[in-house]
Amino acid sequence: MADHDRWGDPEIQRRRLLQAGLGAAALGAIPGAGQLAAYAQGPFDWKRFKGEKIEVFLVKSPRGDLLTKYHKEFEDMTGITVGSEMIPEQQQRQKAVIEFNSGNTSFDVIAISYHVQKRLFGKNKWLDDVRPMMADKSLADPNLDFADFAQGGLTYATQADGRIDSLPLNLDPWVVYYNKELFDAKGIAYPKNFAEMLDAAARINDPSKGVSGFVARGLKNANVPVWSSFLLGYGGAFTDAKGKLMTDTAEAVEAAKMYQTLLAKYGPQGVAGFNWNESQSLFLQGKAAMWLDGIGFAQPLEDPSKSRIVGKVGYGVMPAGPKQQVSALFGDGEGISTFSKKKGPSWFYLQWASNKANQTRMLQAAAGAPVRNSAYAAAQSSADFKAPKQWVECMLTSARIAQPGLPVIAPVTEFRDVFGIALTNMINGADPAAELKKATAEFQPVLDKSEKS
Amino acid sequence: MSASASPPARGARFLARRRRSYFYFIAPTLVVVGAVIIFPWLYTLWMSAFDWTIGSAAHYVGLGNYEKLFTNQRFGEAVLHTFYFTALAVAAPLLLGTAAAMIFHREFPFRGVLRGIFIMPMMATPVAVALVWTMMFHPQQGVLNYLLSLVGLPPSLWVYSPTVVIPSLVLVEVWHWTPLVMLIVLGGLAALPTEPYESARLDGASEWQLFRFITLPLVAPFIMVAAVIRTIDALKTFDTIYVITGGGPGTASETINLYLYLQAFAFYNIGTASAVVVVFFVIVLALALLLLHVREKTKWT
Repeated sequence: MADHDRWGDPEIQRRRLLQAGLGAAALGAIPGAGQLAAYAQGPFDWKRFKGEKIEVFLVKSPRGDLLTKYHKEFEDMTGITVGSEMIPEQQQRQKAVIEFNSGNTSFDVIAISYHVQKRLFGKNKWLDDVRPMMADKSLADPNLDFADFAQGGLTYATQADGRIDSLPLNLDPWVVYYNKELFDAKGIAYPKNFAEMLDAAARINDPSKGVSGFVARGLKNANVPVWSSFLLGYGGAFTDAKGKLMTDTAEAVEAAKMYQTLLAKYGPQGVAGFNWNESQSLFLQGKAAMWLDGIGFAQPLEDPSKSRIVGKVGYGVMPAGPKQQVSALFGDGEGISTFSKKKGPSWFYLQWASNKANQTRMLQAAAGAPVRNSAYAAAQSSADFKAPKQWVECMLTSARIAQPGLPVIAPVTEFRDVFGIALTNMINGADPAAELKKATAEFQPVLDKSEKS
Repeated sequence: MSASASPPARGARFLARRRRSYFYFIAPTLVVVGAVIIFPWLYTLWMSAFDWTIGSAAHYVGLGNYEKLFTNQRFGEAVLHTFYFTALAVAAPLLLGTAAAMIFHREFPFRGVLRGIFIMPMMATPVAVALVWTMMFHPQQGVLNYLLSLVGLPPSLWVYSPTVVIPSLVLVEVWHWTPLVMLIVLGGLAALPTEPYESARLDGASEWQLFRFITLPLVAPFIMVAAVIRTIDALKTFDTIYVITGGGPGTASETINLYLYLQAFAFYNIGTASAVVVVFFVIVLALALLLLHVREKTKWT
């Protein structure tokens, strides 16, 4: 644990003073914290940490692949060597928790998912606050242009106590993909509110032809954001200010009823076991009128080798609920491990990963929806940008009305599990009010315990 | 033996000395066993007495974790699912495997090739098998419902329905592991003596009587071995269930292993997970003793 306190360690402080006196010759020998302080006066220079080596720990995804592909560019620009490890999301999260908990990490930079890890990482202060480095003119790239980051993304990356312990890279608001052909056949317009959504699903649903009015995740755990999409529209919330669950209120029950009706009545057979991939394949076949999920699926839907509905897909902003119009938001970014000894080079990596070029690439490759506003204009003006115009508009509108799609608490996975089971049970006929009451009673002690310790 | 006291006493001393000198030879084994089996076990027991979630402080709760487990409806259901799954996943491959062994024991053309084909499922990786079956189970696009429709049966929801999910999962296990039972029983059949059959035939026994009163008792020990192996495999099944249903729909196919995985690696409740491990160990131990007892009874006498 000694590394944890290195800023406050008198020995380190003494060494830093020494370093400052010794001048440039001694600097290369002492990496990390000392170096940062010693360099504090110079102008910004990408080559400052030349010769250093950092380890980044990414999630195996189109976004991780994309960054890894361009690591060479970062290495050439800075002279910093990047070692990267990329493993599937679930394993990455497990490994991260175990490493942070052991008080030492093998990586300097880590990719995090705000919807799952924000509170856990924030509570334990596992990532460094980047604000001091951002304010430091010798460390922040003058082209960083922080104002370019979408407000929703910045809010998502900011902890409750004001710390910003990561830079957001990708926003994933939930949207409704709809089959224009099925809508046109019935002469129905895209729904503007929940009532119209139910109505459209009912009118298009036709089991005899194998056409479902609506499809979304029914599989436990994965299904919770579908319900929260409705919950937020009904004006509900996950918890109140004191950390008491609000998941059995009238709004929550209404949202659950909406979920139950759409999936059990107008959804496909077996939807209780559907994750996004089963939902996607049904929608791709033209067998579902609406599909509610994250925004990142435009690429397969517009790919003629996979999709039977190329050119017929509409990208709709989540319809308005009785109280408000909200899109449930997911997102991810990157932060610096507090146990890292290479804070400076890691901060450079963060700035590079979130720069305009990389954000534009992300959009062009349809690997995600960038946080930088400028990326949309840049990508659209490029010749090989294939995503439909409506998708871009849908993304921008959704990002403006987005709110976190999962509660910002430490035991998110357990929350999703407990409420996911309740929702799956509803698809199979259970009573929404009773299920939510049971789930709330079961989860409240877990939440209390996690906030107490 | 009681008549001469001194030679045995000298013998015992000799043996004691020899035992002492042998001790050094088993010491490495003791160290390894201690380090990789006994220590982790004691440590698990120790952790099961703490309320500890990764990311927060641990505090001692004694038997509190066990108390919570035994009053937890979800864990109770997981235990029942485990027994249900295990019973089916042992019985079905045993029946089918024994029947297959009887067939493959007979002489017929291309027997070798067909035997080879029959044992191929065993060579497949469980996760790959599970993924393929997931596709086959799909209610709209899966091949199983297509096959049902060919013979005029209504479609089933397979693993997407809480009521048929466990039998459907057992189907995968049956496909995967019947060949193993077949191999073991076939080995037993090949070792059988021919004399009892000859004399029984002289006495006018029917084919069924030959099977029921001669073959079955003689291969029973082999079937028991297969039963023990299958029980162990079925109890610890994780990959198939995790990949295909993840314990769902809801908790309909959540076995002890799935519950354990969730507690340990999804919720990071290390204390609870350790308690689950201990309970699971007791269950496995009890079943193993029961099987050993039954096995003793099937031995040739």
